[in-house]
Amino acid sequence: MTNVRELTSQAPTNLPERSSSSPHILASPEEVAANEIVLEVKDLCIEFHDHKLPERVVENFNLVLHKGEIMGIVGESGSGKSMSALAIAGLLNRKTISKSGQILFEDKDFLNCDRRCLRKYQGDEISIIFQEPMTSLNPLHRIGRQVEESLRIHHPRLSKARRYELAIYTMRAVGLPEPEKVYRMYPHELSGGMRQRAMIAAAMIGDPKILIADEPTTALDVTIQAQIIDLLKEINVSQGTAILFISHDLSLVEQLCHRVIVMQQGKIIETGITHDVFTNPQEAYTKALIDAIPKVEL
Amino acid sequence: MKKPNAIHRFIESLPRPELFRAGAIMTLIIVALVVVGFFYMPYEPTAMSTDRLQGVSFTHLMGTDKMGRDIFSRVMYGSRVTLLVALGTMIIGAGLGILIGAITGYYGGVVDEIVMRIMDALFAFPNVLLALIFVSLFGSGTFKVMWALGIAFIPSFTRVVRSEFIRCKHLDYVKNARLQGVPDLRVIFVHILPNTRGVLLSNLLIGFNNAVLAEAGLSFLGIGSQPPFASLGQMISEAQEVFFKVPSSVLGPGLVIVLMVLGFSLMGEGIRPATQSLD
Amino acid sequence: MLITLVVVSLCLYLSFQLISGDPATRMLGTSATPERLAALRQELGLDQPVLLQYVRWLGAFVTGDLGTSYVYHQPVTELLSSKIIVTLSLALLSFVFMCIIAFPVGIYTAKHAGSVLDRIVLVVNQVIMAIPPFFSGIIISWVFGMILHLFAPGGYISYTKSIPQFVGYLVFPAIAIALPRAAQAARLIRGSILEEASKNYTRTAYSRGNSTNGVLFNHVLKHAFLPVLTFMGMSLGNMLAGSLVVERVFNIPGISNTLLTSIGNRDYPVVLAAVMWIASIIIIINFLVDVLYRVIDPRTAEE
Repeated sequence: MTNVRELTSQAPTNLPERSSSSPHILASPEEVAANEIVLEVKDLCIEFHDHKLPERVVENFNLVLHKGEIMGIVGESGSGKSMSALAIAGLLNRKTISKSGQILFEDKDFLNCDRRCLRKYQGDEISIIFQEPMTSLNPLHRIGRQVEESLRIHHPRLSKARRYELAIYTMRAVGLPEPEKVYRMYPHELSGGMRQRAMIAAAMIGDPKILIADEPTTALDVTIQAQIIDLLKEINVSQGTAILFISHDLSLVEQLCHRVIVMQQGKIIETGITHDVFTNPQEAYTKALIDAIPKVEL
Repeated sequence: MKKPNAIHRFIESLPRPELFRAGAIMTLIIVALVVVGFFYMPYEPTAMSTDRLQGVSFTHLMGTDKMGRDIFSRVMYGSRVTLLVALGTMIIGAGLGILIGAITGYYGGVVDEIVMRIMDALFAFPNVLLALIFVSLFGSGTFKVMWALGIAFIPSFTRVVRSEFIRCKHLDYVKNARLQGVPDLRVIFVHILPNTRGVLLSNLLIGFNNAVLAEAGLSFLGIGSQPPFASLGQMISEAQEVFFKVPSSVLGPGLVIVLMVLGFSLMGEGIRPATQSLD
Repeated sequence: MLITLVVVSLCLYLSFQLISGDPATRMLGTSATPERLAALRQELGLDQPVLLQYVRWLGAFVTGDLGTSYVYHQPVTELLSSKIIVTLSLALLSFVFMCIIAFPVGIYTAKHAGSVLDRIVLVVNQVIMAIPPFFSGIIISWVFGMILHLFAPGGYISYTKSIPQFVGYLVFPAIAIALPRAAQAARLIRGSILEEASKNYTRTAYSRGNSTNGVLFNHVLKHAFLPVLTFMGMSLGNMLAGSLVVERVFNIPGISNTLLTSIGNRDYPVVLAAVMWIASIIIIINFLVDVLYRVIDPRTAEE
């Protein structure tokens, strides 16, 4: 492991005490572009083979993600954005799916290394949160156990007390009230927003370099949506975690992301700094998507 | 030749055609055995002779039992009894079960509550045991066993159909039909019932197999069709002591039961979609 | 649970009362004088309302007094109690065998779903499910008894003499009962695991770096066990019924023979008592399954 970090020794410093409502100012796209590269995807292709004809769902997907960068991937359903995200997270392992290309993280190629190698990074260096916090959490396990799980897997020598301490700390940091109580609760006892916070706590407890957020707010109310987006910003600013934000909601992408990738039918059709793409879209499809955002004029 | 083609296409379209085909062949063998038995049997199944406990030969395909009766003919007759009892059981059990399930599921309310409590209690009891209770109340005999098994099979169908109805009655197309003033009975039987056919079909296949096995078990215990008339379970029960002399006297009827059940379950298995893998 | 017990016992009692006709006539025969009949009726409490009779019968049942057999003129408890222990042991042993066979096979085939072995097991399962226990019992006693001499068919040893030998004799009958049920259970476990494996939370578990085994044993199995639990509960009842059949094959002195002769003789106190016993066992098991279910699944515990 490159960094077992300070987890095993001192007090956790990975997430700050939650500052109540201060707006989190993101670094500018130019600033983050100067940072080191944490993830590089080259010519990713994904094909499904579960029917008679192979079906290509992602074609020549390329991506460079810098430290502290928030990258948005937008597109309608079926455009391949979620598939790309799952591939990066190492979650497309079914025999009926064939993949080609490279997913480079540090000196490893996630796509072409074996499962055991990949597992060392999953949940530790690279985490993912999903659209449905209810079904993505295990309904029969207490929240605490699920938040701690990646510590259990990646740092098995951590003491129980220390694990608990870190879990409570992280849960508080993601804005779960009374974390000691929530720790002992089951997913069905929490609200949707709380569940997603618990998911984020579970994803962030190992202080990953990359957080993949696969439509994390789609199943939530609009007000909760805003809170979760704010939390992602906070994590990004304070931790320098690179975030891959997958959404079909362009207004969220505009608020949150440094750069954006627009996908259609498995292909990247446009990419660039969010502001540039939104003010001056090059492709007709991107333009149509942007025009479809409901405008609130005051 | 349009029809064989259609059947062929149907089989090829199944997730696992090879299982379906194997099951269909077994079922056809049994059906042939029963159907031929209506027109021709090598011997009268109850006719005794002095050729007792004969082994397998061309004159007696499965040998003879201790009373000199031809086992093959008795198997033909016995499979007819078993098949008919199982069919009757299904008609009674599935018919009443579907009816009760549809009505309680659709209307709900206190009656539903009470009926389901009873059904749940009954469901916990094994079929054979329920049938035994009914037989001890109403007496033994082929038709009584059929009714006893039929009643014993009601709860399994009621439960399935009821839960399907509860699921379906809240679907938009049902609400729509009701808003348009379609009468309840039509909603139940024309709009909802056909949509439960997937679940129902697999339950019918399983139920039929359970009915065959339950009938065989009961007749093995001496309940059901009475001697000298043959039934498969009873034949095995009688032949157990002479198994070592004439193995075919046990194996014959036993294998017929196995084929009967296996044929249907393989056909059912062939229809079901193959499950995905763990990854 | 108590309510179910009372309701079931009332249903059983009433149906046997309605069908069985007048016990006094049964006991004394049709030639008895009306005076003697009336005297006996009074003695048995038959002149009182049915419900009162039921309450008295239930009270007696709970205290272990199950009435007197019409045919054997012997207290039913005496007649049945040692036999029910035999039947229950056989059913329990079958249950243990079912679990021993079903869980490894089910988990293995789920983990290697689609493999050659999985497909072989699928077909073998189908075949085993199609074999009635009395048929497999005869074959087993032939193969293991007559050819391999692993046990002596018909050489039953009572549990009062030697418990290990008693259990030893029950092993093969128990396997005959357990096999078809184990095949069903293995299939259910496999299907249940695969269904759970397709749910979102397993994806989350993989995303945290769990291995396939980690996901299977730490996450999926607990869920997959829930439907299996219900099945297991029903299995024990099923195995009691299976015991009735298989006892005949292996000449085991359980309640099977007594129950069937009593059904044939319409010896209702014996039948009613035996059925009530089995019903109580089944109801208690169902209650235990419910409790376990609640322990495992916090969602149901709240309702």
